[in-house]
Amino acid sequence: MELRVTDLKCLRGGIPVLDGVSFAVPAGQALILRGPNGIGKTTLLRTLAGLQPAEAGEIAYPAEEGAYASHEDGIKAALSVRENLAFWASVYGRAMDESVLRAFDLVDLAERPAATLSSGQKRRLGLARLGVIGRKVLFLDEPTISLDRFSVRLFADFLRDQHLAKGGIAVIATHIDLGLEAPELDLQPFRAAPEATGGSHEAFL
Amino acid sequence: MIALLMRDLRLAVRAGGGFGLGLAFFLIVVVLVPFGVGPNSDLLGKIAPGILWVAALLAALLSLDRIFALDYEDGSLALLATSPLPMEGAALSKAVAHWLTTGLPLTLAAPALGALLNLPGPAYSFLFVSLIIGTPALSVIGTFGAALTIGIRRGGLLLSLLVLPLYVPTLIFGAEVVRRGAEGLATATPLIMLAGITAGAIALLPFAAAVALRINLR
Repeated sequence: MELRVTDLKCLRGGIPVLDGVSFAVPAGQALILRGPNGIGKTTLLRTLAGLQPAEAGEIAYPAEEGAYASHEDGIKAALSVRENLAFWASVYGRAMDESVLRAFDLVDLAERPAATLSSGQKRRLGLARLGVIGRKVLFLDEPTISLDRFSVRLFADFLRDQHLAKGGIAVIATHIDLGLEAPELDLQPFRAAPEATGGSHEAFL
Repeated sequence: MIALLMRDLRLAVRAGGGFGLGLAFFLIVVVLVPFGVGPNSDLLGKIAPGILWVAALLAALLSLDRIFALDYEDGSLALLATSPLPMEGAALSKAVAHWLTTGLPLTLAAPALGALLNLPGPAYSFLFVSLIIGTPALSVIGTFGAALTIGIRRGGLLLSLLVLPLYVPTLIFGAEVVRRGAEGLATATPLIMLAGITAGAIALLPFAAAVALRINLR
């Protein structure tokens, strides 16, 4: 299993932002996306995850293995931590894995309504979702926002030991150093030429 | 699909879930109409089928914008779109959840409220049957409208404008069933039309809603 991207062109709001993006990530490896704000990291991740179509180019990975994590965690405030995780586990047709609660230091919070969590705790809950859905190819958009240093290390340990070590793949957009041994991809060279057109009519649809 | 349905039902009955909002609105409208119309019980009995159906329709409309908006705002919808659950299934399960929390309680409460409007005796069973056949169409059509308007701030007005014309056939045939039932006329034709609209809406609109969701999530 690998993730292979060839000559990918992505649009945001009908305007090309990235062009000619090519890379391959083998099983068991992560790829860190770098680049200044607005370069198109989120757009690239959303395109990879299948939320928006690619304007050109190819994306190849086993379609039933992809999972996406955005800025928002998709947490329901009225449900408890355990209910939130159990919901996502059953959407993916899996049993709830209790060890995930330990991996993200959520055991003591398991029965608390998510509304009472701090933003860092919510983020941990959002990331714990990745542990219960059991997908192999993860597209993570700024996963460490509002996490303290301890939680960042928890998350990095989870990625390394529970995900990558078991043959998983992760593409991560982040500005901080996760402590993972992973190649970095700077998106600056792939910035689409400003005069480039193509699909711009879509901006009005 | 079952997981999403159970979660939505659970959210609806917890604090701030909005369960009972439609029912309360229905109750208020039906209680207020006799005060506005006056104590002429013949007149009330005549307009009761229409009042009950219009009130049920508006009550169903009231909670439509919550169907997708909350999931869109907290990011759940994008995560659901990348999950193994097809968007058609998500749309259908949302419609079923909306019906179970709005349409079904309205149907169960309507005969009791019919008494307040002096609804003629034979019409009660027709009121119940027409609502239980007609309200699923209100939920499915509303889900489609909600899917079209996610991501629009204060989209409630647009949603109402989009959905109300689509509700008109259901309202006409639903109220007609009750009126004919009250006057002892044959009700087969409007009942079949009502059931046909509901069946058609359930068969087609989840697919339309799924397309609208995918486009809006881009």
